[in-house]
Amino acid sequence: MESTSEFLNIKDVNTSFKIKGKYYDAISHINLEVHHDEILAIVGESGCGKSTLATTIMGLHDPAETKITGEIDFEGTNLLSLDEKGYNQFRGAKIGMIFQDPLSALNPLKRIEDQIQEVMDYHTNLTAEQKHDRVLELLKDVGIVNPKRTAHQFPHELSGGMRQRVIIAIAIACKPDLIIADEPTTALDVTIQAQILDVLRDIQKENHAGIILITHDLGVVAETADRVAVMYAGQIVELGSAEQIFNTPKHPYTRSLLRSMPQRDNENDDLYVIKGNVPSLQKMPHTGDRFAPRIPWVKSSSHETNPIMHEIESGHSVRCTCYKDFEFPDQGGQRA
Amino acid sequence: MWKTILRRILIMIPEIIILSILVFLLAKAMPGDPFTGSINPKADPAQIHHLMKINGLYDPWYQQYWNWVVHLFHGNLGNSYQYQEPVTRLISGRAVNTLWLALFTTVLTYCFALPMGMYAAKHEGKLPDSIIRIYTYVTYCIPFFVILVIGIWIFGYVLGWFPTTGSVSSTANPGFPTIASRLYHILLPGILGALFGTVNIVQYLRSEVIDAKGSDYVRTARSKGVPEKDIYRHHIFRNSLLPIAAFAGYSITGLLNGSLFTETVFSYPGMGLLFINSISYRDYTVITALVLIYGILNLLGTLLSDIILSIVDPRIRIQ
Ligand SMILES: Nc1ncnc2c1ncn2[C@@H]1O[C@H](COP(=O)(O)OP(=O)(O)OP(=O)(O)O)[C@@H](O)[C@H]1O
Ligand SMILES: [Mg+2]
Repeated sequence: MESTSEFLNIKDVNTSFKIKGKYYDAISHINLEVHHDEILAIVGESGCGKSTLATTIMGLHDPAETKITGEIDFEGTNLLSLDEKGYNQFRGAKIGMIFQDPLSALNPLKRIEDQIQEVMDYHTNLTAEQKHDRVLELLKDVGIVNPKRTAHQFPHELSGGMRQRVIIAIAIACKPDLIIADEPTTALDVTIQAQILDVLRDIQKENHAGIILITHDLGVVAETADRVAVMYAGQIVELGSAEQIFNTPKHPYTRSLLRSMPQRDNENDDLYVIKGNVPSLQKMPHTGDRFAPRIPWVKSSSHETNPIMHEIESGHSVRCTCYKDFEFPDQGGQRA
Repeated sequence: MWKTILRRILIMIPEIIILSILVFLLAKAMPGDPFTGSINPKADPAQIHHLMKINGLYDPWYQQYWNWVVHLFHGNLGNSYQYQEPVTRLISGRAVNTLWLALFTTVLTYCFALPMGMYAAKHEGKLPDSIIRIYTYVTYCIPFFVILVIGIWIFGYVLGWFPTTGSVSSTANPGFPTIASRLYHILLPGILGALFGTVNIVQYLRSEVIDAKGSDYVRTARSKGVPEKDIYRHHIFRNSLLPIAAFAGYSITGLLNGSLFTETVFSYPGMGLLFINSISYRDYTVITALVLIYGILNLLGTLLSDIILSIVDPRIRIQ
């Protein structure tokens, strides 16, 4: 990390969805910053609120169904104070987003060229010819072998990996400072995954962008991320550099996740399984440690009544104090 | 695309042959004969027998069918027993009327349905949406002829705003007054037909737009910073309207079938009325010709829809 200037600062952000007339928090009190030239990974099980955080930053929620509080400071502007018109100055221009499902994220009835060009229509003053050239250049940058041909095709004529490259091309067309990639490789097979991640890294080197990489694949995180935020049930439970998270994980949830990760050297071992599920929004507890029900053998006195983030070393914070007493049941932890 | 279209046309040929045989046999199978009662109620059976004979009505069916097909290709569909004039001339005169009414109804249908469907979907769940949905449910539940009868009764007889029979006023001067009078005569049946025809299109369009609104590609467009009104124009409406364009072909089919009711209720001298009359007079030649024409037009309507669809939707174009 050469430049450590943070340009995105998420302060105490809460997003709640209206379900049957009542609002329920999907993410609570998120504090996070993103720097230039870094890849910040957000990991957590399905339903932890990772996508909600991404779409909150992008302002993609229907205001009639969603309540968002807090502050998202992007290069000096609080995004959450913007109206739709104001937001559109940022979306596509300074923030690009890559979605999980490349099959449905492109308009089936528009040519690839038009879909990439559209983002430039709103954020640049390029002539039609310049835009056309830029489209070809972008397609080349994301690793498409025959840009001219692809530009003329429709989404259904492309493979999943090709479509994801096109989506990346759209996201980076206006050289955004922030790229949010929500599970960009989940729908793709392993070799394509690696290629896509390489493309992202190359682009980052060129643009000095900050990348938020959302994934539940810890292997991807280990390979790419500079920093990692671990989310559980709408909260960040541990935040640190990739080395800190992988070498000295503290929070029971982080440790459980890491233990449930398949390792190449002990393939024969049974994988650790985190018992239970992420609670649904309506069932989310609002006091106490949200992860406590899934580690019932840990004494309740080990948990804080209102767990907060503790900075345990520079850049490494953990929620709750229960990590001090935590052992896996088969490694000395007693069952309750 | 040309391959798709060519293949569809080739499939149509056997369809048309089978259709023509069926049509011919069905007409034959109808009870009664075209002469009893039409010449003179007390006509001599021997005379009728003679008439049947010289008209070839005692030949085996395939012989009659073959004669009919050969004549067909010479543009000769025989004579109408009822009107004593060539079927070709008889039908072409009526077909123009039906065509006018059908075209007018189609245009009106789309003029009503497109804004309604788009507006309802854009404001999903709000009051105008509820009103439009109630309208479609109610119209859907009422049979078409009931709509026609109520319409003609209120606007034709009670209020007297529209003519209730015919296709043109006999007193209108040639030129513009005739055209105006024709238009005046198709106004009410056209509007009523359109009210009925909107239902399917409104419901289909509404659900298409609502699906599109929540689709991933619209979310992608939002993340590009495309303003909401352009998202509607370039993505949501465009994608939802294209399949509707393909409805045009099917709607011709629907209109032809509807014309049977409309023309009967409005005594409008088109093919539909001719058809109903010919059935009561057992005018075989006219019936067979009309059923054949209706059948072919139905096939053409479907073909047209398929072609439009293959033009507007790139996913179909390829296969
Ligand atoms: N629009 C919405 N309305 C109501 N609830 C929602 C909405 N979007 C998400 N949720 C709920 O919020 C929670 C977090 O969802 P989110 O999609 O952010 O999870 P995620 O971490 O991205 O999961 P995944 O790994 O499956 O993508 C889930 O319980 C989900 O059901
Ligand atoms: Mg998600």
